[in-house]
Parts: sequence; structure tokens; C-alpha cells
Amino acid sequence: MAENTYQWPDASKRKLIGKRMNRVDGPVKASGRAKYTYDLVRPNMLYGDSVKCPYAHARVKSIDTSAAEKMPGVKAVHVIHGPDDGAKGEVFWAGTDIVAVAAVDEPTARDAVRAIKVEYEQLPHLVLNDKEPNLAEAEKSELYKVASKETVGDPNSAFQQSEVTHEGYYGSPVITHCCLETHGSVAEWPDKDHLFLHISTQNVPGIGEQVAKAIDMPASNVHVHQDHVGGGFGSKLGLDPWGVAAAQLSKKAGGVPVKMMLNRATELETAGCRPSAYARVKVGAKKDGTLLAWESYAWGSGGPGAPGSLAIPYVWKVPNQQKQYVGVVNHIGPSRAWRAPNHPQMCVITMGALDDLAAKLGMDTFDFVKKNIDLLDPRSKIYSEELDVANDLMQWKARWHPRGDSDTLGIPMEAISLQIGDNQYPPDSASGGSSTIGGVSSATFRAATDAKRQLIAKVAPALNAQPADLEVADGRVRVASDASRSLSWKEACSKLGAQTLTVRGTNPGEGDLTNSGVGGVQMADVSVDTETGIVKINKMVAVQDCGLVISPKQAESQVLGAMIMGVSYALYEEKVMDQTTGTMLNTNMDNYRLAGIGDVGELVVRLMTGPGYDERGVIGIGEPPTVSPGAAISNAVANAIGVRVPFLPLTPDRVLEALEKAQGEGGRA
Amino acid sequence: MRAFEYASPKQKQQAVGLLGQQWGDAEVLAGGSDLLALMKDDIVHPKRLVNVKELPELRGITFNASRGLRIGSLMTLSEISEDAQVKEHHPMLAHAAGEAASPQIRNVATIGGNMCQRPRCWWFRNGFGLLATAPDGKSLVLQGDNRYHAILGNDGPAYFVSPSSLAPALIAYNARIRLFGPKGPREIPLEKFFVIPKSENEREHDLRPNEIVTDVIVPAPPSGVKASHYEVRQKAAFDWPYATASVVLDMNGDTVRSARVVMSHVAPIPWVSNEAAQALAGKTISEQTADAAGAAAVANAKSLGRNKYKIKLAHVAVKRAVLQAAKGGQA
Repeated sequence: MAENTYQWPDASKRKLIGKRMNRVDGPVKASGRAKYTYDLVRPNMLYGDSVKCPYAHARVKSIDTSAAEKMPGVKAVHVIHGPDDGAKGEVFWAGTDIVAVAAVDEPTARDAVRAIKVEYEQLPHLVLNDKEPNLAEAEKSELYKVASKETVGDPNSAFQQSEVTHEGYYGSPVITHCCLETHGSVAEWPDKDHLFLHISTQNVPGIGEQVAKAIDMPASNVHVHQDHVGGGFGSKLGLDPWGVAAAQLSKKAGGVPVKMMLNRATELETAGCRPSAYARVKVGAKKDGTLLAWESYAWGSGGPGAPGSLAIPYVWKVPNQQKQYVGVVNHIGPSRAWRAPNHPQMCVITMGALDDLAAKLGMDTFDFVKKNIDLLDPRSKIYSEELDVANDLMQWKARWHPRGDSDTLGIPMEAISLQIGDNQYPPDSASGGSSTIGGVSSATFRAATDAKRQLIAKVAPALNAQPADLEVADGRVRVASDASRSLSWKEACSKLGAQTLTVRGTNPGEGDLTNSGVGGVQMADVSVDTETGIVKINKMVAVQDCGLVISPKQAESQVLGAMIMGVSYALYEEKVMDQTTGTMLNTNMDNYRLAGIGDVGELVVRLMTGPGYDERGVIGIGEPPTVSPGAAISNAVANAIGVRVPFLPLTPDRVLEALEKAQGEGGRA
Repeated sequence: MRAFEYASPKQKQQAVGLLGQQWGDAEVLAGGSDLLALMKDDIVHPKRLVNVKELPELRGITFNASRGLRIGSLMTLSEISEDAQVKEHHPMLAHAAGEAASPQIRNVATIGGNMCQRPRCWWFRNGFGLLATAPDGKSLVLQGDNRYHAILGNDGPAYFVSPSSLAPALIAYNARIRLFGPKGPREIPLEKFFVIPKSENEREHDLRPNEIVTDVIVPAPPSGVKASHYEVRQKAAFDWPYATASVVLDMNGDTVRSARVVMSHVAPIPWVSNEAAQALAGKTISEQTADAAGAAAVANAKSLGRNKYKIKLAHVAVKRAVLQAAKGGQA
């Protein structure tokens, strides 16, 4: 082995890689001993709270904090969004922080918030988002961002050649991240130049610099600490106004700690959402299933910055395409990266349309995908292998039935469906974008390799050998050709003397240790109660590729978590807005539903490993398995009841409406 | 949460003396599972909390053949669902209590509190008032997303739904509720305890600001009675039902002598359906007669715009409760 190369060990030489190890922080988290930022109580800590704009679109005209400042127990007041901030005090969503206060306890902070007078000028707002925009009107309005039309191949003649075409609506609404630990921080100034910040973040390495920039101080003077994060899913990568406010309040209060954590309602209303994505889709194929053409008109919303265009058809390189996208501007808390940004929505639209096309062709979707597998380039081979594995785990071929032809008479209707997903992200320093395992393990591996080399160089003289002749095995450093000449790890380390080895691994770095771009296949088996429209998950299978699997148990846990999150957005989640008041209605977890343990069914995970996968190096897995569940469940429901429920979540109202519509049209129900 | 005065009396006379003349002066604290959340969200802000948990006479579950079951208002849903006498004589009630909320909530939530809990209407819970009226006087419910709102008794101005899933079971068993105020005790049919408020200052219960709930009395059902409680809800556990039906069938052989059908989560009060009861009287239970009872139960239902599907769900809840009862159900 050359001196400076880095290479994952061969399968025969792996000791810990690929072994089922327990999560180091599992016991403290499961037993409730883990302390999150939310749990912190620092000495002399003050409690922060804020005045929030009650309107979806308004202008702050004036702020009077005098009464609050005089209240006993109120230690600091800080204006976040005054008449001169932003576009002349303009506020773009309800729940925007206007003034922050810090007080000796929570009730006093609330009283101070109530004592602050803010005068607003209300402006027109739009908070609803699911209506199809008229293209001609959208092109003339500031509330719409019309993306340029995209064409691939020759869609017109491809549709003419298509022997079977299908048109349908598909989509999913705005949902939130709903982190179990809400956003927030505890800020304190040990001296006037240094900030000590406990913060709930996915971005410990980067958040300090962001705070420093916001309050104009050297980044090196910001100390950031976090033991555990209670969920982020992409919503805790950047700095929030309340995070800056906590630091400002602490400074104004003489440096004492100020705790500023969001409550559940504010978390749901303002701390991140996933944009909606809706589409009217037309697809065409030959009678034998050869997929020829795609046409879509898509739209979506997610706050004041209209979401970017959708990369649909998702994953499939359909040879002929025509696409139009309109982003809708609305006045809701802005969208943030949500575990594989846009991918689940794109997958729901694409796989819904293709599944409906397969049904119209009278084909099993499994066969339809296999027939067109080359369009899944460059991961055709991976998907094909995964489909076969998933088939075994779900007994797909033995159990599949044509749409609506449920093997159970009456209720519940049961059906299975399959789904494919894909993901590709560059490595990043924060714990987001599925980059953690790739970013951390490669750098760690490089560091460990360097440290080993340095240690060997130090102990070689003691073993009367050259460094190149030594190896580390079974807890000993030994001469490769003569195992009797060896030192225990402890003895070897003692040769280091007083000077310890400090080695820092870098990423990206030398050696092909990481990769990106993975493929996954998921299948769902559901029951639908056709009288109540209630969908139950019986079983889901996820077959996932993530390159070299370092820790199978944790990788599988990531997939399980993604599937559970997928069940939630497929069946329950929706940010419900009220157009009259401009506010969010389901600001509580009794109406913002998430799946419970009784709702997820049997979850089966199989990671693709071994030749063809391991040599790709380490690839992130946090996001990819979240992509497919919505589409898999939606397709299973369509197969069960014989009709497509166009939009997620698959709640009783939507399922019953689809069934009724099908009955009205004389279809089977 | 705003500051409040806390009192923990040892006698019920003392307790009612500490309560106010007006709503808003004071609130009764039992399990606190609803009240504390309302206070934290600043939906109610009493000046005083009167803890009744130190009143021993509000505890206990006893049964005798003549009076029936007496449940002290402080008994928790867990205690009720696990009580041997309740299970023996009123199994539908044990079932309904065991299905509500989550184990943690059932361990603290009391039957008195369950009767008095406030609506889950999302405008009410977000501070827009019990009747959810916009500043221009128009109903926010009628012009907004009313997918969870009432399909019966929804002529206004109240459109929320009664949140209790115990109340329909109790009312189907002809339960009575005992209250205590400065003038002493009073006892009314539980059915009459729930009222539809006509203005923002009224509440959803026939309870005066200075009264407390002391007991719930459930008559012993005649022998041969069949009963069942059915909830249509999306999640397996810890979820608010879309519609609930409790059915008690007094049987004469295979024929229904008389029936009680009570729905919840469909109207501002637990909804007694005489139409459904009449549809069942004199009939043997089959898929058709059960379905006809369901249809009768929602014959007068109307959609507010987004909640049409709830009409179907209430229909199904009644039908399934009837079928389940006929099969032996929870009785």
C-alpha cells in the first residue's frame, strides 16, 4: 500500500464496519436522560418571548415598548422587526417576530409581550395554495413566478405515436417539519466580547459564524454547544430571528443566559414548511408498455418566495417531455429544506401518473418499471436488483392483483404497490442533505489512517523494524512477518511520550471514499375501509442502496424513521390555513397529526450490500428513503379501491370523494 | 400563562363558595388535562383555580341494583375503564373510557372534566372565541375550513362539535349528572347538561359558574340489553374521532323493543337520535336495518361546505355500532 492513500478495508478485513452496533446515545435518549437545548436551565436564566404579528401580510407602523420596559422582572426588550426594517416594516406571514423580551419567568415575559403596543397596517393576503393557476393570469401577476417552458425530444409526435395515454391530477399540500424539539436557543455572554450559545441546530459547525455576522462580532468569539438535537429535518440549518434575538436580549440584560424556545404553535406556523406541489399530468406509452411521452403543468407554494420548478418526471428519462411550472407566492411561514427537498413531492406526481398509466395498460406496475428500466439510467441495474429483492420481501408477484380487483371482498380493501426513489446531494458540513455519514466517516477514516501511520512510525524502533513492516491487528501493533514481535495498543501508545497525536481528517480529501446518488425501491401493502375512507398500512418494504454500509443498525434506523415520516405525510400531514384570518389553524399536534406506533404497520428494511455496492464508498441515507412512501401508499390505495385519490394526505374526506366520483362516473368502487 | 390564585378546599360547600358569580372569575381544577392547556394558550384566564381533588366525596365507584352505578366525578378514565363493576354492568362505558386519548391522559383526566371539557374547534383553540366570529360579525367557520365541524344542530351560531366520547355512551345508558352549588345539590339527565350556546358569553353546559360536578349516576340496564360504542377515527390511538356512536338495544328475543342511539363529534352537543331509535324499534338487526338506522341518524344532517364526508362517517358509525351491539358488542 502506498504511503498516502486511503482505502476502505476489504470485506475480509473489516472488524467493525458492517457490524450491528448499538447507537452510542441510544440509552440516554430512550431513558429521557439526554439533555436537549429545550431542557436547559442555566444559572440566573431569563425567559424570552416575543410579540408576533397576528396578520399574514401587514406593515408595522409603530411600536411602543415603554410599558413593558417599566414592568418589574422585565430585563430586556429588543425590537426585531420595526417600521424601518425590511421593506418599510412589511411582514409577510402571521407569526413573524416583532419585538422580543426577556424576563425573570415565563408569565412575566408573557405579560410584557401583552403590554407592548404595535400598530399595523393590514395588507391583502393569500394563504391558500391548492388552486390551479391560470397561466395567462399568472404571467401578468406578481403573485406568480412562471418558469420557462421546457421541452425534451418531440412530445407532440410522441403523444401521436402513443397507443395509450392517461391524464390525471396529483399532488401534496404544504406540510411542516414538526420537530419534536422546537427551534430555539439559550444565549449568554460570559464577558462583553464572547457569546456562549446553546442552540437546537443541525449546523453546529456553521451556526456560530452566522450569529457572529448577524450581530457583527468575530466568529471566533462565538462558542456553540449542543449535546443532542431533537429533530431538524432540514429546518435547523440556518439562523433564525429568535436565535439572534436571544443573543441581543442577553447582551442587553448584562450577559445572563436568555432562553428563547418556540412553543408548538409557533413551531408549526413559522419554523419551516415543505412546499406544496401539484400537477396536471399527461403520459403516453405503446401498448407493450414502452413509455414515450410526458406532459405536465405544475404549481406549488411555500411562502413569500415561490418554490422553484419541479424536476419531473422524477428519475425517469422519458424521451419526450413538455413541462410548465408556476410558483405561487403566498403569505405563510416560508419553506425550508425538508428531508430531500422536493423529492417526495416529485415522486408522488411522477409515480402516481405512471402507476395510473400502467393500470390503463392493464400491466402490473412491477412489469411496467422493468419494461422501461433503461429510462432509469444511470441506476437501472441497481433498481432492477432492488425490485427483485423487494418482490421477495413483499411476495409481490404472488399477491399483486389488477386495480380495484381486491382479493378481499367488501372491506377492507387491500393492495400493494411499489415505488422507486432517488437522491443525490453533495457533501456538506452541516448535518443535512444526507451528508453526515459521508462527511463524517470519510474524514474520520482519513484521520484514523493518518494517526495509525504516525503511531507506527513512533513505535517501529522499539520493535526493531521499519514502519512499512508493521501492521495493527487484534489490539496489537506487530511485525507483519513475525507476529511474536509485537506491542499491545497500550504499550505502543506509551511510546508516544507526553506528546499525544492530534490528527484531523479532512473532507473532501484524498481517496475515493464517498459517493452520491442512490436508488431505492419501496412497496406498500394497505387496507382501505371503503365506507369510512380510512387507510391502514399493513406492511411496507424498503430496499435501499447507500453504498458501503458502516453501521447497518443505524442505517436501517434511518430508513425506518424515513418510512414512518412517510406514512405521516402520506396519511395525515397538512398545514391548514384560514384565508379570512391569514393564520394557521392546526397549530397543535392533535390536529396536526403524525403517525403513532399503531399506524405504521410492519416495516421491513433491506440494505443492498456486497459487491457492486460496497466499492462505491459511503453514501448518505438520511433523505433517500423519505422520497418514496407517499407515492407507494398512494399507489397502493389506488390499486385497492380502483380509483386514484389525487392529493395527499389520504384522509377520509379525500378517499370518500374519490370513491364517490368514481361511482358517479360509473366506475368500480 | 397568567398569574392566578390557587385554592384547595377540603369541603364542597367551601369549594363552591370559592367559585365566582361570572364565568372567567374562577375555574374548577380536577385532572387539568384540558384546563391547563387552555390556560397556557391564553384561551381561558381565570383569576382563581379551585382544586377539587381534596374532596373525598367526589371519589368512588359503587353499584347497587336499584340505583345503578355511581361514579364520583374525580374518577379517572383509567379507573373507569378498569373497574370490575363498570365492566360487568356497563361494559360499553368501560370500552369508551379505555379508547379515549392516551394512557397518560386517561390516568389524569376525570369523568367530571370529560363532561366539562371545551370544544376542540381550531378557531376557539387559536383565540378566535367559542363561536369563532370575525370582527364583521360573520362566522369564521362558515367561510373557512370546517372539515371537523358540526353536521347536526349546526344552524348556528355554534358550529363546533362536542368533544366527549364518554358522553354518548353515558347518555345512551340514560345517565344523570349530579351538581352541587351554593343552594345544594341538583340532579339532571346528562342529556340536558349539554346545551348549544347562543352567545359568546354562554358555555356549552348547564353548569353555573359556582357549581361543581359531583357524580354521574348510570341506571342499571335491564337484562338482555345489548350495547356498543363505535368511533370512526383515522389513527389507531390518541386521535379525535370524526364521528362516534353509542347504541343501547333493549331486546325482546331477536327483536328490538326500544333503542337509544347517541352520537358525538357531530354536533355542538352529544346528539340523541330519536330518528335512528325509531328506525330500529320492532326490527330484527340485519345489515339493512342497521344501515337504515344510520341513514335515519343523519337524515337531517347538513354540510357546512368542507364536512360533507362526516355525514357518511356518522351514518357508518351508527350502522357499525348497531351491528356490533347485535353481535354481543360490549354488553
